This record gives sequence, C-alpha cells and structure tokens, in this order.
Amino acid sequence: MKFPVQTSPHVEAPSNVADMMTVVLWALVPGTVAAVWLLGWGVLFNVALAVGAAWLAEALMLWLRARPFRPALTDRSVLITGWILALCLPNLAPWWLPVVGAVFAVVVAKQLYGGIGYNLFNPAMVGYVVLLVSFPEAMTRWGAPVEGGVASLTLTEAAQWTFLGVLPGATAFDALSQATPLDQWRMVVTQGGDITGASIWQDGAWSLWLNLAFLAGGAWMLYRGAIRWHIPVAMAVGVLLTASLLWGIDPERFADPLFHLVTGGVIFGALFVATDPVTASTTPRGRLVFGFGIGVLAVLIRSFGNYPDGVAFAILLMNLAVPLIDYYTQPPVFGRKARLDVDTEGR
Amino acid sequence: MSDPRLSELALDGLWKNNPALVQVLGLCPLLAISNTTVNALGLAIATLVTLLVSNGVVSLIRDWVRAEVRLPVYVMVIASVVTIIELTMNAHFHELYNTLGIFIPLIVTNCIIIARAEGFASRHGFGVSLFDGLMMGMGFGLVLVVLGAMRELIGFGTLLDGADQLFGPIAIDWGVRVLPEQMTFLLALMPPGAFIGLGLLVAFKQAIDQRSARRARAAKAARPAEPAAEAVG
Repeated sequence: MKFPVQTSPHVEAPSNVADMMTVVLWALVPGTVAAVWLLGWGVLFNVALAVGAAWLAEALMLWLRARPFRPALTDRSVLITGWILALCLPNLAPWWLPVVGAVFAVVVAKQLYGGIGYNLFNPAMVGYVVLLVSFPEAMTRWGAPVEGGVASLTLTEAAQWTFLGVLPGATAFDALSQATPLDQWRMVVTQGGDITGASIWQDGAWSLWLNLAFLAGGAWMLYRGAIRWHIPVAMAVGVLLTASLLWGIDPERFADPLFHLVTGGVIFGALFVATDPVTASTTPRGRLVFGFGIGVLAVLIRSFGNYPDGVAFAILLMNLAVPLIDYYTQPPVFGRKARLDVDTEGR
Repeated sequence: MSDPRLSELALDGLWKNNPALVQVLGLCPLLAISNTTVNALGLAIATLVTLLVSNGVVSLIRDWVRAEVRLPVYVMVIASVVTIIELTMNAHFHELYNTLGIFIPLIVTNCIIIARAEGFASRHGFGVSLFDGLMMGMGFGLVLVVLGAMRELIGFGTLLDGADQLFGPIAIDWGVRVLPEQMTFLLALMPPGAFIGLGLLVAFKQAIDQRSARRARAAKAARPAEPAAEAVG
C-alpha cells in the first residue's frame, strides 16, 4: 500500500481579492447557463452589457479620481457587480437598462464612496433598485421561460429585440411576456382573490431549476472558502420563519414558505449578494443577524410593500445596519470573557 | 462692530459662505421643493423676501431688544413675515401655493433666516443687514433653482414647466421639453435624486475652489523669487 505524503495546506483557499472574485465568477457560471437555457438569449446580452458598462464606468471613474487603474480593474470585483446586476434584470430588457444600472452602480454606489472596500451599500443592488424605481415598465419585461411553450426568440431575434426593440414578424410583445410567480401572487391578492385555489405556481418550475444551478455555484464558493455558511443559512431561516408565521395567520393572502424561498431573488441573493464581503457584517454572530434580518425584511416587503420582490430592498436596508450589528456582535478578544469596551466600562 | 464691505458680503452670500453649499442650512425645503424649476423659484423668492424683511426688521429693533429674549422676538418677527408672505401667495399665486404646501409656513423654521438674524442683523446697521439678507437669499435661491432645474431636466425632461403658476398667463408656454419622455430618469424626482444632486453641487463647488486655490499657490510660488533677490541686492 502506498502512503503518499501530503503537506498542508490541502485545500488552497483564495488569498487575495482577485482570486476570491475568480471563484465567485466561476460560481456564477452554472446559474447563468441555466438562466440562458431557461429564459433565453436576453440574459446573455444583459450580462455582456452590464459587465462591459460596469468595467468602462470603473475605468472612467478611476481616471477622474486619479487613482491607479491596475489594481481595481484587474481584481474582477467590478465584473461581478455587473454580472450580479444583470442576473436580476428581466430577460426581455432593452439594451440601455443593464447599461444604466451598471453605470449607476459603479459610479454612484461604488466609486463615489471611495471604490472597493469603502462602499456602504452593495453596488449591484443599488443599481437594481434604482432601475426598479426609475423604470418600472421596463423592469417588468419578463419573458416566458423557454419551456413555457411560447415561441422563444432565436439569438438574432433576441439581439434585434434588445438593441432595436423590434420583434420578428407578427409576434406581439404580450405573447412573449409573462408575469413572474411573485407578480401573479400579488395580482391575485390585490384583486381580493384567494391564493390557495389559484395557481401562483403556474409555470414556476423553471425557477426551481434556476435555483438549483445557483445552489451549485454557492456550494462551490462555500467549498473554496469564498463565502461562509452563516449569511445564506440565516437568511433562509428568516424567510421561512416569517413566511410560516404569515402563512399560518392567513393562508389565503400570504404565500407559503416554500414559495417564498424558491421564487424571486431569495436564493440568488442569499448566496451571491448578501455574502458580499464589503457590505455584509463581518463577525460570525453579526452574519447570522444580518442574514436573518434580510430574510425577515424580504418577506415583509413582499407581503406588505409596493414592489413584488423585496430581497434587494432588504439587503440594502440591512447594509445600512451593518456598522451597528458589527459593533454589538464584536467577538471578545481571546482570553477575555466579554468585549473590551463594554466590559471595562462597567467595572 | 464695523460694517463689512458690501463686496465681501456679496461674495460671502453667493459663494464663499453660501447657505446651501457651505453652511448646508435649510436642507428640508431645499431637498423637498427642488423637484421642478418653478417650484424651486417660488420657494427661493419666498425665502429671499422673508430673509430681506426679517433682516431689516431685526436690525431696526436690535437696540431695544434685551439679550435674554432676543431669540423669541426674532422668531416672532420671522413668523409674522412668513405669515404675510403665505397669505400673499395664497391670494396671488394660488396654484403655486398649493404645490408648495407646508413648505411656505415652514420657512419660519429655516435655519438660514434665524442664523442671519442672530449672527448678522442683530449686530449691524439697517442697510448692510438688508444687503446681507439679499445676498444670502440669492445664494440659497440660486442653488435651489439650479437643483430644481437639474432635477426637472433629468426627471421630467422639461424646463420651466408650469411657469404660469408663478408668472401668470403670459408664461403659459415658457415650459420647454428638452428630452423626449422616454429618456427621463425618474430617480431624479425622488428624494434620493435631491440628495445626490445636492451632493454633486457641493462637490462641484469644492472642485472649483480647490482648483482656484491650487492656481493661487502656483502663482505665488512662481513670484517670490523677485522680492527675495531685491532684499539681497
């Protein structure tokens, strides 16, 4: 029998920003492939446009701020900002939507705060929310998933729609578009209907596949140590608990916990957005609080707010709370019982 | 206290000590009302008149007001002025009055006005105080109008829309559409648009100041060789 000598470290962990971002970029691939497969070529255009615009905006801002180009443009963080933003956008979005969102995300939410490491809010989510509140119509251009049976667009047709706003032949936009499950739930409830009978799940199977792909990417990031389990798990618990509570009170108005978990941006947000090392809480207990807060807020915003999905708003709100969370969850210095500043003041 | 020179007062109010960009006072009306040019202009004029009259009155009564009760007295003066302006606007610019709503009575609480009354008018003569009120009011108003124009342009794509509310029927088609309706950016009209816009204006002012300071330093560095040489000679 052979006993090969293995020296530590056995698993190479990413040790700088660029390496870590590379892991995240690879982790985004399965979800993106699944999204292109399920939702059509529009997703690919969104990604290309948002990533390109984000990169150019970063370069422009670095030039204006007279900062060195190389570190910020090669650490790949700006690519991830653009990419994450793109995956949140509707698949039939016009070309300017990802461009405007990515430019706003990088210029205002990242560079005006001082660039990577200094931004208070997740840039991709700021870009998304700005688009959501500024262009409500364009942000609802969700096309039916490919499996749905409606004629899907070929690559050239999708390109024509994205860049020129032209649809082939006699296809009407309404024939392509379809309400997302969250929109359907909202529609039924606002019309005073009862969601227990109505199928808000209708054609929702695609989101299961999409979420599986995101989970695969998340597992890879977890394995490579790019993220830790606290935030995603706490966020899922927050979503499930809040949704169960509301569902238990009134199952006719509030969707069931599983619905909340697999629709919209919960899983994607939990794995890729809330775990952003810059804007998330940095202490172990703080991460649990941070993730749980996002989960609770997301369900509350979905159930009582004006917008169909609340994950982006929830993440931004909890970003705002991060300094406070970090302050109160600061772990004790090794060898001491309690946190320094609180403990010594008491004595 | 000797009265400062008028040119200094003008420079202070309009630029160096601008109430909105440097003192950052009166943010509430500044941010809330600057969504269109006409609204901004209406509030700017109302604030300007209040500042002018309150500065004048406070300066006139400054010798008879005991120090202990001066602040309540100033506030009463300002409140009376604002009430007069509010009633006048209600009578003559009713639509604009409705649009500006609570922000006209709220001029009373605008810190710029009490700050100028306490900080300037209570220590200086009538004429200078009036001039200070005019310049501070204009400094505030200019920023308000610029911010309003920026937000209206980006958010609605128009400029001076609804000018008839302020200038009467002759202004009915002063409004211009600069950008087509599809190119408007709704965010500019919302509260974040106001904050971002004001932030950009403050940054712009700082950038200009820093540039001119750099120029002045460079010019100074280029010159001193001559007097030094003379001293040696």
